[in-house]
Amino acid sequence: MTAYVIRRVLSVIPILLGVLMMTFLLFRVIGGNPAYRIAGKNATPEKIAQITRERGYDKPYFLNFENFPRQLFDAQFPRLLGRLLRGDFGESITTKEPVRDILLEGIGPSLCVTVPLFTLNLLLAIALALLAAYYRNTWLDRALVVLSVVGMSVSSLVYIMVAQYWLAGEWRLFPVWGFEGPQYLALPLLIGVVAGVGGSVRFYRTILLDEMYQDYVRTAHAKGVSPRRILFCHVLRNALIPILTNVIIALPFLYTGSLLLESFFGIPGLGRMLVMAIPNGDEDVIYTETFLGSMLFVLANTLTDIAYAWADPRIRLK
Amino acid sequence: MSRANRQPESLWAIAWHQLRRNRLAMLCLGILAAYAAVWAYAEAVFWSARLRDTTPAYKMAHYDLRNQPPSLQHWLGTNYAGKDNLLLVAQGTRIAFEIGLLTSLIVIPIGFVLGAFAGYFGRKTDAVITYLFSVVGSIPDILLIIGIAYVVHGAVERSSAMQTLTRSIDSGLLSVCVAMGFTGWVGLCRLIRGEYLKHRDRQYVLAARALGVSHLGIMFRHIAPNVLHIVIINFSLRFPGLILTEVVLSFLGVGIANEPSWGAIINDAKQRLWLGNWWELAGATAAMFFLVLALNLFGDALRDALDPKLRTAPPAP
Repeated sequence: MTAYVIRRVLSVIPILLGVLMMTFLLFRVIGGNPAYRIAGKNATPEKIAQITRERGYDKPYFLNFENFPRQLFDAQFPRLLGRLLRGDFGESITTKEPVRDILLEGIGPSLCVTVPLFTLNLLLAIALALLAAYYRNTWLDRALVVLSVVGMSVSSLVYIMVAQYWLAGEWRLFPVWGFEGPQYLALPLLIGVVAGVGGSVRFYRTILLDEMYQDYVRTAHAKGVSPRRILFCHVLRNALIPILTNVIIALPFLYTGSLLLESFFGIPGLGRMLVMAIPNGDEDVIYTETFLGSMLFVLANTLTDIAYAWADPRIRLK
Repeated sequence: MSRANRQPESLWAIAWHQLRRNRLAMLCLGILAAYAAVWAYAEAVFWSARLRDTTPAYKMAHYDLRNQPPSLQHWLGTNYAGKDNLLLVAQGTRIAFEIGLLTSLIVIPIGFVLGAFAGYFGRKTDAVITYLFSVVGSIPDILLIIGIAYVVHGAVERSSAMQTLTRSIDSGLLSVCVAMGFTGWVGLCRLIRGEYLKHRDRQYVLAARALGVSHLGIMFRHIAPNVLHIVIINFSLRFPGLILTEVVLSFLGVGIANEPSWGAIINDAKQRLWLGNWWELAGATAAMFFLVLALNLFGDALRDALDPKLRTAPPAP
């Protein structure tokens, strides 16, 4: 077990290096000199040259062979790596604030939206999926499936615009904009649940139905266990494994917040910061959010695998 | 002809029979056919104006007809510049299909070839390709899409080589498709790899190998037809997601700007909804809704008909 855990944890390193390399290639190599994006459309050549020098974009990408071997690692990628390892994520171009402070400020509001949203969504989806699976192949099941697909077929942007205009703007049921108290979260949560629950219901229903055709269900049925007991005590327990995997994998995405909800309702979270960083070419913000998101995803994945290996010894031997 | 002599039914024939019996799937197929007709019409309008170097009707501004509600002349009303909303929504259909096709032109070759190599050769090839898709798959999709679209947008603006290319393809369309293409191949690659792993030790593959067929021949002439249905299912279930993502990209300012995609129309309608102009939003939303709904339902039916074992995960919140 220990060997497996060590092996699994070590395998995270190349993946994270790969992620870093990928974002580096994207933003620095393929995208060309970032100074152009930072300086904006009407920049003078002097301004661009100045930014290039200040931020070290004129250095080689990977290894510096000038004055070999003293400055071998005085290149863009090693410097970026060193900076990230020290926990220095750079600074925002527009506000000159360190990105680390921006992250610390934004994570709270983001989690205020995503955590309740995620929990509500999960509970409602599992409840509806259980309902659909219990009444499978009846009109109720079919209606739930069709409603889920209908819900998935409307753009989340439209949900937000319509709800914000009618529910908040015209009928004044909710505040339109801001982040000053719990009532400001009500409408974003409502929209998030309506927009997101359809896909989850459909997915969990498939998992539950998959389980329902297993042999142990037939056995339970044969010995006279009631259908309700089969569903809640036998099927749900087994179906929880794939459901939990899905939940754990989705957890890292909580931290980026919801791009759309945050920007429409003026919630000062990480999602809104990212949306504002894009037109400004605020590279360090985009970069850091991408990298941290990937890191959390990889860690969550690893934890799931280790939990599985702990629960099921067969996996360790693979 | 006696029953025994008849050719056995192929996977496709069986699937088609099953689909034919599914009334909902047939209805969806009808809707998709109607959309394809609109697409062909919009494409004709676009190219005839392009080739004759004239301004197409949907780009014509009529400042005396600004912000008109739906009427007999303008079924879906007009927008802030007096452009007919129905014509714009029809052009949006064209963009939606172009996005689906162009993105698939990136996703399918990359996903299929890499998946085939990984699954067929195993060992080091597999390790390298698995590593590659684990890395790309680890970056949250929407962040990677935004990043790529943003970078490609910038690159198009600066490089002259790219601008020659974008004379034939809209630069926004190009960046959206490249972004969704280079993130979307991971799912297909995983599926294809799994299928090739299953197939590479089957008897027909061993027989082909014994006859001296080359590796490439086995991979693409013998195994490929047996896994092709995965590509089709994957396409029909990915397409609706592409249309919905395009709207988000438009909102984020890295989407299509010069052509009326549904995302651009919805994003444009954002401010005027507060003036009570609901028709701009309603037109594009309705057009998008029926296409995405039909694709979702038809994709499900197709998957049930071709491969009941596949499952789709919901998108991350």
